[in-house]
Amino acid sequence: MANSVEVLSDKCVGCGQCAGACPFGAISTLERPEHPKKFKLAVVDLNKCAYCGTCSQTCKFSAIELKKDASQSSVDKSEYKGVWVYAEQRHGEIADVVYELLNEGKRLAKQLGTTLSAVLIGDGLKSKVQDLINRGADKVYVCDDPIFIEFQDDPYTSILTQLIKKENPEIILIGATNIGRSFSSRVAARIHTGLTADCTSLEIDAQTRNLQQTRPAFGGNIMATILTPSRRPQMSTVRRKVFKEAKVEEGRKGEIVDCKVDVATLVNRTKFLGFIKDASSNINIGDADIIVSGGRGVGKVEGFKLLEELAEILGGAVGASRAAVDSEWIPYSHQIGQTGKTVAPKVYIACGISGQIQHIVGMSSSDIIIAINKDASCPMMQTATYALEGDLYEIIPNITKEIKAIRCNS
Amino acid sequence: MDIIVCIKQVPNTTNIQIDHETGRLKRDGVESIINPFDEYAIEEGVRIKEKVGAKVTVITMGPPQAEAALREAIAKGADEGVLVSDRAFGGADTLATSYALSTAIKSLGKFDMVICGKQASDGDTAQVGPGIAEMLDIPHVAYVKKVEASDDKTIKVERMMEDGYDLIESALPVLLTVVKEINNPRVASLKGRMAARKAVIKVLDAATIGADTSKIGLNGSPTQVMKIFTPPQRTGGEKFTGEAKEVAAVLVKRLSDLSLI
Ligand SMILES: Cc1cc2nc3c(=O)[nH]c(=O)nc-3n(C[C@H](O)[C@H](O)[C@H](O)COP(=O)(O)OP(=O)(O)OC[C@H]3O[C@@H](n4cnc5c(N)ncnc54)[C@H](O)[C@@H]3O)c2cc1C
Ligand SMILES: Cc1cc2nc3c(=O)[nH]c(=O)nc-3n(C[C@H](O)[C@H](O)[C@H](O)COP(=O)(O)OP(=O)(O)OC[C@H]3O[C@@H](n4cnc5c(N)ncnc54)[C@H](O)[C@@H]3O)c2cc1C
Repeated sequence: MANSVEVLSDKCVGCGQCAGACPFGAISTLERPEHPKKFKLAVVDLNKCAYCGTCSQTCKFSAIELKKDASQSSVDKSEYKGVWVYAEQRHGEIADVVYELLNEGKRLAKQLGTTLSAVLIGDGLKSKVQDLINRGADKVYVCDDPIFIEFQDDPYTSILTQLIKKENPEIILIGATNIGRSFSSRVAARIHTGLTADCTSLEIDAQTRNLQQTRPAFGGNIMATILTPSRRPQMSTVRRKVFKEAKVEEGRKGEIVDCKVDVATLVNRTKFLGFIKDASSNINIGDADIIVSGGRGVGKVEGFKLLEELAEILGGAVGASRAAVDSEWIPYSHQIGQTGKTVAPKVYIACGISGQIQHIVGMSSSDIIIAINKDASCPMMQTATYALEGDLYEIIPNITKEIKAIRCNS
Repeated sequence: MDIIVCIKQVPNTTNIQIDHETGRLKRDGVESIINPFDEYAIEEGVRIKEKVGAKVTVITMGPPQAEAALREAIAKGADEGVLVSDRAFGGADTLATSYALSTAIKSLGKFDMVICGKQASDGDTAQVGPGIAEMLDIPHVAYVKKVEASDDKTIKVERMMEDGYDLIESALPVLLTVVKEINNPRVASLKGRMAARKAVIKVLDAATIGADTSKIGLNGSPTQVMKIFTPPQRTGGEKFTGEAKEVAAVLVKRLSDLSLI
């Protein structure tokens, strides 16, 4: 175990840049007891250090040396080929994120000079196979059995790991949905490989064929690029709505692999008893082109009527900040942000939402952001494409009226 | 019933601010707290204990300072605290973290249920819970919003999904990861605080739990952080001020010019 981070005391001037840069708060600057009047010295708490190297990259004096023990056993990478997309389905419908992953997967496969495959696990879904081929899959593995009718972690983990062990793909992309995030970690643990969570950008390093997986962490405050340098496959869950959907190419040709499912080899320690639909999730805000969203500034449950009215004439949906949800003005299924939904509509109208980072991470990929707020200095107003300063109770009815007027005239 | 609750000490990210000059996180005065989702895990463990009788053991892997998080959990009703701490655990990714925690849990003896938070507010991966379940070779249910019923062999829970919720029954032992809809965590009582002050925290290092050193810490981690940076700021656009009526009219004109209306 020879991982070390060493501060070279003759080079360190105690400026504290590294302490500020360390995402783990592992560095502090201390007085030098032998020279109390001289520069301070940076000290790394190895209990907190993750050896990420941010400090040594930040230091202007080359005073921090990072050594990583490279003794990790490496698999023979040349034995792993192909990019896979897990074709998530729920209640027999392919999840939208799958089409986004096929688009991105195609790009990665091309760069690597390899093929793109989709893995479909379900019951009676053969009719969906051509759909996946039309969206770019060169090959579709179909695992079809009544045991897969509803998602349960045990059998889904078993079948996917069996298939991975047999076929040795190089990269596996899985939607960062509740299903994807629930069982991908089990799969990665069973085959002893790395899994990067909730990625928003993927790039290939041509030389090593390593996948550079970039993801937000610390509630969106920082971004990290993560590698799985010595294990294969490289697995990522990918946030929905960050990549565009693959285009449909009717009648595209592809190979269909009918996987023999031996139910006797699938452990299952859970029982699926039923599904209760959330009635308020009928309009799925994730799919809306326009979202009118309200925050604490709306002030009361009746205020959301104004937002609904505007959303209706725009053909959009209503979203909310956590503050509005916590005040019980609107159900949780409308919450947008870190602990709610991630959306990327064409137009996002934030009414009385200050724009704290936990909210911003859920909507910052929107094409156009419109903020309506009394406080011109709040973060939402600073990031918005169009920042409207004023009282939402005066501005929104005027917008609604104005749109109606335009529509009458045209 | 023996219940293990996994908790993580995290920086309080609600107050984290970016220093716009350096583009870095401002760390000064950022306190350490129990990961917000783990508060619900502790509360659910304590509720099951109050209903059917159980011993609730909280466990954390982290630096010696993480002991504070364990004492706080005891103040909120947990019975015992276990700190898994060793420099050799440093730099662990979720696979190495899951291995260390599952090995420590096995070393504690019998258990019927392990409860985790949905995800940690710093690493944000939601991978450790299912990872621990895999290494303990027990089933798991993620995103649990309600425990409907349980006896000594099975448990029935509601699993939150994007479009509603699933009703799942599982054999025990099981690992659950819980969402905030599951309960309202209590504040610590005076009696709890006293118990927390007196509690003896068990400290386990890598050798004590018999961990394979090639599977822990940085060396046991297939993923490596290549770089960390602050996200590019979305730069602001046009500002509209003045009479509500005019502001609204200008906006609607813009949108119709872009054929969005
Ligand atoms: C772990 C964690 C996870 C979180 N997850 C989420 C999440 O998923 N989603 C989320 O949204 N939040 C989340 N939060 C909460 C987040 O930090 C903020 O507290 C929240 O987003 C604030 O909501 P708000 O902007 O509506 O309220 P406030 O910050 O109170 O802002 C209200 C705004 O309304 C304006 N205003 C008031 N009256 C009017 C008026 N009449 N007209 C116009 N403007 C007016 C004010 O100027 C102010 O800017 C999370 C927090 C934590 C710690
Ligand atoms: C910026 C950044 C990005 C990262 N990205 C990845 C990544 O993509 N993939 C990866 O494998 N690792 C990643 N890591 C490493 C990862 O954060 C650590 O392994 C961490 O110890 C556990 O992950 P988490 O914080 O995401 O916990 P989560 O998996 O989100 O935690 C879920 C639950 O597990 C329990 N738990 C988690 N940690 C502990 C603990 N130490 N003690 C007790 N219980 C615990 C808690 O109940 C918690 O609610 C990243 C680290 C950083 C700093």
